[in-house]
Amino acid sequence: MNNLLVLPMILPVLVGVILVFIKPYIRLQRLISVLTTIASAAIAAYCLERIHRTGIMRLDFGDWLPPHGILFVGDSFAVLLVLVACVVSSIILLYAFATTGLEAETMFFYPFFLFLLAGVNGSFLTGDLFNLFVCFEVMLLASYVLLTLGGRKTQLKEGITYVLINVLASWFFLLGIAYLYGALGTLNMAHIAVRVAEVGQGPLLSLIGIIFLLVFSLKAGLLLYFWLPGSYSAPPTAVAALFGALLTKVGIYALYRMFTLIFVHDPLIYKMIGVLAVVTMVGGCLGAIAYSDIRQIVSYNVIISVGFVLTGLAIATTTSFQGASYYLIHDMVSKALLFLLVGTVVYLTGRSKVNEISGLIRNYPLVGWLFFLAMLAIAGIPPLSGFIGKVYMGLGAIETGSYVLLAVAFLSSIGVLYSLLRIFLNSFWGETTISEDDQKPFKKAIGLPLVLLAVLNVGMGVGAELLAPYIQDVANTLADPQQYIQAVLDEDVK
Amino acid sequence: METLITLLVGVLVAVGVYLLLAKEMLRIILGTAILSHAIHLLILTMGGLKKGDVPLLQEGAAQYTDALPQALILTAIVISFGVTAFLLVLSYRVYQESGRGPGLRGPRDE
Repeated sequence: MNNLLVLPMILPVLVGVILVFIKPYIRLQRLISVLTTIASAAIAAYCLERIHRTGIMRLDFGDWLPPHGILFVGDSFAVLLVLVACVVSSIILLYAFATTGLEAETMFFYPFFLFLLAGVNGSFLTGDLFNLFVCFEVMLLASYVLLTLGGRKTQLKEGITYVLINVLASWFFLLGIAYLYGALGTLNMAHIAVRVAEVGQGPLLSLIGIIFLLVFSLKAGLLLYFWLPGSYSAPPTAVAALFGALLTKVGIYALYRMFTLIFVHDPLIYKMIGVLAVVTMVGGCLGAIAYSDIRQIVSYNVIISVGFVLTGLAIATTTSFQGASYYLIHDMVSKALLFLLVGTVVYLTGRSKVNEISGLIRNYPLVGWLFFLAMLAIAGIPPLSGFIGKVYMGLGAIETGSYVLLAVAFLSSIGVLYSLLRIFLNSFWGETTISEDDQKPFKKAIGLPLVLLAVLNVGMGVGAELLAPYIQDVANTLADPQQYIQAVLDEDVK
Repeated sequence: METLITLLVGVLVAVGVYLLLAKEMLRIILGTAILSHAIHLLILTMGGLKKGDVPLLQEGAAQYTDALPQALILTAIVISFGVTAFLLVLSYRVYQESGRGPGLRGPRDE
């Protein structure tokens, strides 16, 4: 039954390849791709339940026992993220059906969408460092294509920057892998963790740890986020939502994996992550407040939440991990919703500056109220999904006495609220500038995914109790790396 | 031997960085290609260079060469090949669209 674990990655890859061959049949492509993402989500949900009952799942490819072969490890953290990624991407697909033009759809939009999802899922599930690199590259190559597909001038310009930045980050990733292999002679993550614990995390290993911190900070947008707002506001809405919801989260996942499993012995690194998180949140807030292009504002909101989630890693207690995982899955759903809403506004009005749009709530009440809901959820107002994550994060910070982190994390919520309220007050309230005759019709097919995401968002807040046992699993495995190591390595392996 | 190769890696990185900082798109792309070759050599060196025997492993073999770095490099080469090809096409597309690199100096300015 452990074979199920590979399906969330291999299913999108295989189906993506098949879709390449049925290029002219757009309707069929749509149907198959959305069924694939839903099936992956169902498999992930089943695996999550199974892990809750029987412990961490492991799949050794070709029966090569660890540490010799490549393997997939499904612990609650990885599988929970796979589940949310699949659900969110199915909903984004629905939006893509309604908005992606025929031109992009026949030029392999859906195969690359699925390849991207495969790369994301593979990165979450793999238990081998080099395999993580490969899955990252699968994801990135697909994202390069999706970012530039359509070939508008801004897309191409941002595409070049994005590709070059990521090529450089991948270079550093390989550098870290080379050093780590030279120092420890293994690439299995659990095995690396054992060996690091054995030889002690001296200056050399800490340095290698910092190389990985650099790499994943670039991918996650922790401090090194200069590339992010540009490349997240260039592509079509559905793609931007996919990027905002998934891509940085993979970097965050890798950071969590690295610094809760492998390089856990040096408190200095956690201090560094704390400082980086604070600077990221401050910088993100400044950006979100300073810009007046709504797509830029939303992109800076992604950066703020990256800083917030990594505060949990800097605090590193079970409670803060609980908060971080609640917030992480909330953020995937809410950022998808926010990007889709903003993209819809730009599509409906043809403008993207805050002060050029006014009174939209009168023309499109649904979009207005959903934006209001998303804003409250991201700011962390109680019945919605952002609240519970923030509470646990705060509790964790108080437990360890990290008051600076606490203060900045909660002040950043005000920054988020202010930046989004500015959009709401300027663009949704006020005198309407579009007369009823000029108003573009609001397609139901666009409304449906928005409503689904909003329902999911409310559901995750109201049903936090249902999620609690799984989140508890996640926090426990993150706080105690021995669980992961024991599940991967049999006892005699050293 | 390892020292020599490490020095070579250093030289390649220097060349790659120099090219990356250039103003022409083609040079930048070549820079990324050279950088990736440097890192491939580094991975090979990290596994230990020649240790006197084939990488085939029997029970109790006294001497063997580590095969893993070669497998890693093979994968990494394929990936960097793909990315370089994509970058070339992308920059050609940018050139077609604007007649010059993205904010960079193109051949028409010469």
